[in-house]
Amino acid sequence: MEFIQSIDWMQLLRCFVVGGIICIIGQILIDKTKLTSARILVIFVTTGVILGALGIYKYIIDFAGCGATVPLLGFGANLAKGAITEVQTSGLLGAFIGGVKASAGGIAAAIFFGYIASLIAKPKIKKQ
Amino acid sequence: MNKIGNQTIMFSNPPYILETSSIVGPKEAEGPLAKYFDQCLEDEFWGEKTWEKAESKIIKENSNAVISKSGIPATDIDYCFAGDLLNQCISSSFGLREINIPFFGIFGACSTFVEGMSLGSVFIDSGAAKKVLCATSSHFCSAEKQFRFPLELGNQRPPSAQWTVTGSGAAILSNDNIGKECPRITYITPGKIIDMGVKDANNMGAAMAPAALDTLVTHFRDTGRKPSFYDAIITGDLGYIGKEILIEMAETKGYNIKKNYNDCGVLIFDKEKQDTHAGGSGCGCVGSVFSGYLYKMLNEHKLNRILLIATGALMNSTSSQQGESIPGIAHAIAIENL
Repeated sequence: MEFIQSIDWMQLLRCFVVGGIICIIGQILIDKTKLTSARILVIFVTTGVILGALGIYKYIIDFAGCGATVPLLGFGANLAKGAITEVQTSGLLGAFIGGVKASAGGIAAAIFFGYIASLIAKPKIKKQ
Repeated sequence: MNKIGNQTIMFSNPPYILETSSIVGPKEAEGPLAKYFDQCLEDEFWGEKTWEKAESKIIKENSNAVISKSGIPATDIDYCFAGDLLNQCISSSFGLREINIPFFGIFGACSTFVEGMSLGSVFIDSGAAKKVLCATSSHFCSAEKQFRFPLELGNQRPPSAQWTVTGSGAAILSNDNIGKECPRITYITPGKIIDMGVKDANNMGAAMAPAALDTLVTHFRDTGRKPSFYDAIITGDLGYIGKEILIEMAETKGYNIKKNYNDCGVLIFDKEKQDTHAGGSGCGCVGSVFSGYLYKMLNEHKLNRILLIATGALMNSTSSQQGESIPGIAHAIAIENL
């Protein structure tokens, strides 16, 4: 009961709405444009980098939490944030180091779990 | 055998389609034509390690099936025309490497089946061959991997995308009917390459419809026939989008095909239940729909005259990535119970 009482329902709602809006944008791009999914992913990451670099995305993260960090925009913003911090501490070279450093956990986990999954699973047609 | 009009060939002794056979994958087996196919697979690997091997097995087993169904010994088959979608047509050449029949590997993208039947008919009517085997295959998974994205990506498909059919069609053409009553190929109208500048690999129907129109109009002009002459005009795989475009474009040319026209990509799947978006495609689509469904309709005299127009998108994955447009082609054959 304590766990349930401790949940901030408004926070969950904000997370849900913002994450949902980001996905709606992606769905509209798939349905209404000729962009391939790969390009849409790149657009999302790049937009995240720009919003992160301009300092706008952190307000969205403050507002929506995981609703903003989990989608690809969050990854982009994280890259920008890491690069900026690293430049401040170790100079211009930090622009190349910082982004990857800040997102190293996510990147390594993706490679690690992707590899494990490829060992134990076989790709199949999606069941509708 | 004579050339009539611009590009149509009229056969003096129309070749018989002695027998056909079809194998399809699990998704096609859930579709509306399931009962017409000779064999339906339960999984897309069919006991093989890769999809490419599975596709080779499909065309191999289907070719063997059509030979044994026809009752003709394999040694009596003079030539084989086969092709598929994979790079350098490996499904056909790997699948048929043990079949021991002189082999012509052909590529016409999704139009390959009708291209093979056209060439086979010319061989037969010219006397160069007595029996010819025509076969094609396609596989959803190997085609997605080659032309679009790896399946592991779990990529979302846009609404205009067509679903590559997992399956194979095979037919044996013959200069005599060995006592059986079977439909004959009376005319072929090989198509020209038509490129209207469509670049979207996820909208093949729109890219191929102008080619289908060109062949359709040329066929009627060359033969003097009208759309109403045929019980059915069937295109092989324009899908829902391309089908609508073709009906509209044919109307502007003065041909009303609304009544008796349909498309293999539309027929093979149930769009609502199977979430296949714009319909089926692939060499195996027109191959299996003709070999399974249409051939049986012809044999049962539910259809007596059909015009089969198979369309193909002549691109590859490199040309798409480099932003090239998609050249389309369409070959037509008239098949009749005489």
